[in-house]
Amino acid sequence: MNLTIILITARALLGRRRVLMLLPMPLVLVGITLIGVSSPVDGADWGPTVFGNLGLSVILPLTALIVGSSVLGLEIDDGTITHLLTKPLPRSEIVLSKLAVAWVVTTVATGIPLVVAALIAGSNTLAMGLVVAAALGSLAYSALFLALSVLSKRPVAVGLVYIVLWENVLVSFVDGARVFSVREHATTVADTIGNTSLLDSNVSLTTSLIMSAVFIVVGTVGATQRLRSFALTGEAN
Amino acid sequence: MTAVELSAVSRWYGNVVAVNDVTLTIGPGLTGLLGPNGAGKTTVLHLMAGLLAPSQGSVLVGGDPAWRNPSMYSTLGLVTERESVPGFLTAWEFVLASAKLHKLASPADAARRALGIVEMEDAQNRRISTYSKGMRQRTRVAAALVHDPGVLLLDEPFNGMDPRQRLHMMTLLHRMAEEGRTILFSSHILEEVEQLSGTVQVIVSGRLAASGDYRHIRRLMTNRPHVFTIQSSDDRRLATVLMGQDSVTGVRVEDGTLQVHANDYGTFTRALAKQAKASGVRLTSVLPADESLEKVFSYLVAT
Repeated sequence: MNLTIILITARALLGRRRVLMLLPMPLVLVGITLIGVSSPVDGADWGPTVFGNLGLSVILPLTALIVGSSVLGLEIDDGTITHLLTKPLPRSEIVLSKLAVAWVVTTVATGIPLVVAALIAGSNTLAMGLVVAAALGSLAYSALFLALSVLSKRPVAVGLVYIVLWENVLVSFVDGARVFSVREHATTVADTIGNTSLLDSNVSLTTSLIMSAVFIVVGTVGATQRLRSFALTGEAN
Repeated sequence: MTAVELSAVSRWYGNVVAVNDVTLTIGPGLTGLLGPNGAGKTTVLHLMAGLLAPSQGSVLVGGDPAWRNPSMYSTLGLVTERESVPGFLTAWEFVLASAKLHKLASPADAARRALGIVEMEDAQNRRISTYSKGMRQRTRVAAALVHDPGVLLLDEPFNGMDPRQRLHMMTLLHRMAEEGRTILFSSHILEEVEQLSGTVQVIVSGRLAASGDYRHIRRLMTNRPHVFTIQSSDDRRLATVLMGQDSVTGVRVEDGTLQVHANDYGTFTRALAKQAKASGVRLTSVLPADESLEKVFSYLVAT
C-alpha cells in the first residue's frame, strides 16, 4: 500500500461530481424503510425487498461499480495513469492502494444507510449483519470492478451486464449461478449475523465466504497482472 | 552515464507495422528524434519508456530491459505528448507526489529543486487546471525530473508553446544535456531539431531513415533532387542556359512555365540567379515543388 496513491486517489474520487451519484440511493433506502415501518404490513413481508432486493442487490453493487471502476479506470481514460506507471513501484502496490480506497469509500457509502435503515426497522443484529455484509461485499465487488477497469475499455458496461444479467436475471433461473453472485454472498452473511425475518438468503455461509475470497483474490491478482503488462497504445489520443 | 539501446526492435499492431527493425543507441547529450507525424516516434519513445512491449528485438535502458521492469523508472523520466495532468492538484502537490512515489529520501527538497529548474516556483501553489499550456508542460518536466534521472524522454515537448516558452525549454534541455544526462526529444519540425541538437535520429514510416550528426543529415536533405517551377522573361533561353549546368538533369517548357529538375538543391539555387543574370533573363517567379517535410523524409528513406 502506498499512502501517496491512496490520498491522491481519494481526492480525485471525492472531488468529482460523479461522487454525487452516490447520494440519492441511500436516501431512497432510508425513505422506503420509514414507509415500511409506519405501514401496518409485517416486517417479514417488506424487509427482504428493502434490505435484500434494494440494499444489497442494487445499492451495494451500483455504488461499488461507480467507485470501483473509477479509482483506476478514470486515470486510464484520461491518460494520467502514465504518471503512476513510470514510477519504480511494484504494480501490486498500485492495485492494493486503489482497492483500499474503493473498499473504504464503498463500505462507508453503503454501510451507513444500511445501518440507519436497519435501526429504523428496529433490528440491531441486522444492523450489525449489514455492516459486515457491506464491508465484505464492497471488497469483493471493488476487486471485481477494479480488475474490469484494467481488463476492459468499458468497465461500467461489463459491470452492469454482470449485475443485471448475471446477478438478477440468470440467478433467478439457474440456481447454480448464485454461487458466483457477490450479492448472494453478502446477503447470506447479513442474514446469518442478523438472524431476522427481514432478510432471506439462499447460499450457505461457507460457500459465501470461500467465494468472496475467490472474487477478492482473483480480482486483485488479475488487475495486478494486467497492470504489469499495461501497454499504452501508440496514439493515446 | 545511462544509454538507451534498441536492437532490431519492431512493434506491430495487428498487421500494421509501427516500428520496423530499428537499431539505435542514444548516449549522453541531447538527441533529436525527427520524423513526420505518424512515423512512429511516439511508439519508439513508449518502447524506450517500458510502456509498450517490443514485438521483436530488445529495448535496454542502462543495460536493463525496459518492459515489465518498474525499477528501471528510477533512472528514467518521461514527458508524454498527451497533456494529461491531474488538474485538481497544484504543481507543488503534483511534483511532491512524484517525489514520494519515487521514494526519495527528502521528497520536499527534490520537489523544490525540480520546480526551480523549470522556474515554476511562482505559480506552484495554483491548481494545474489554471495553467497555460507551457506551464503545464514545465510542470510535467519537473515531475519527470524530480528523481534526477539519467535518461529523460520528451515527446513533442515544444508543441503548442509560444516562442518564449520554447526558448526557455530549449535552454533547459541544453543545460540538462551538459550535465551528462541522456536526453531524447521527438519533433516533426526540422528547425526545432536544428536549433537544439547536434545528433539526430530520423524516423520515417517506422524505419530509421538517417542517424548521426545534424549537419550531415541537413546536407543530405539540401542536396536532394528537386523540381522547380520557374517563370521568366524568356523561358526558352533560360532553359538552354540551365541545361548546360551540371546540377540540372532536365528541363521542360510547358504552358508558359519552365520546369527544372535539379539533382542538387544547394548548387542549383546558387547557380540559377547567376546564370539568369549573365544571360539577361529576368526571373519573375521561382517555386520549389514538393517542399513538404514528408517528401524530404521519404527521400531520405530512399537513399
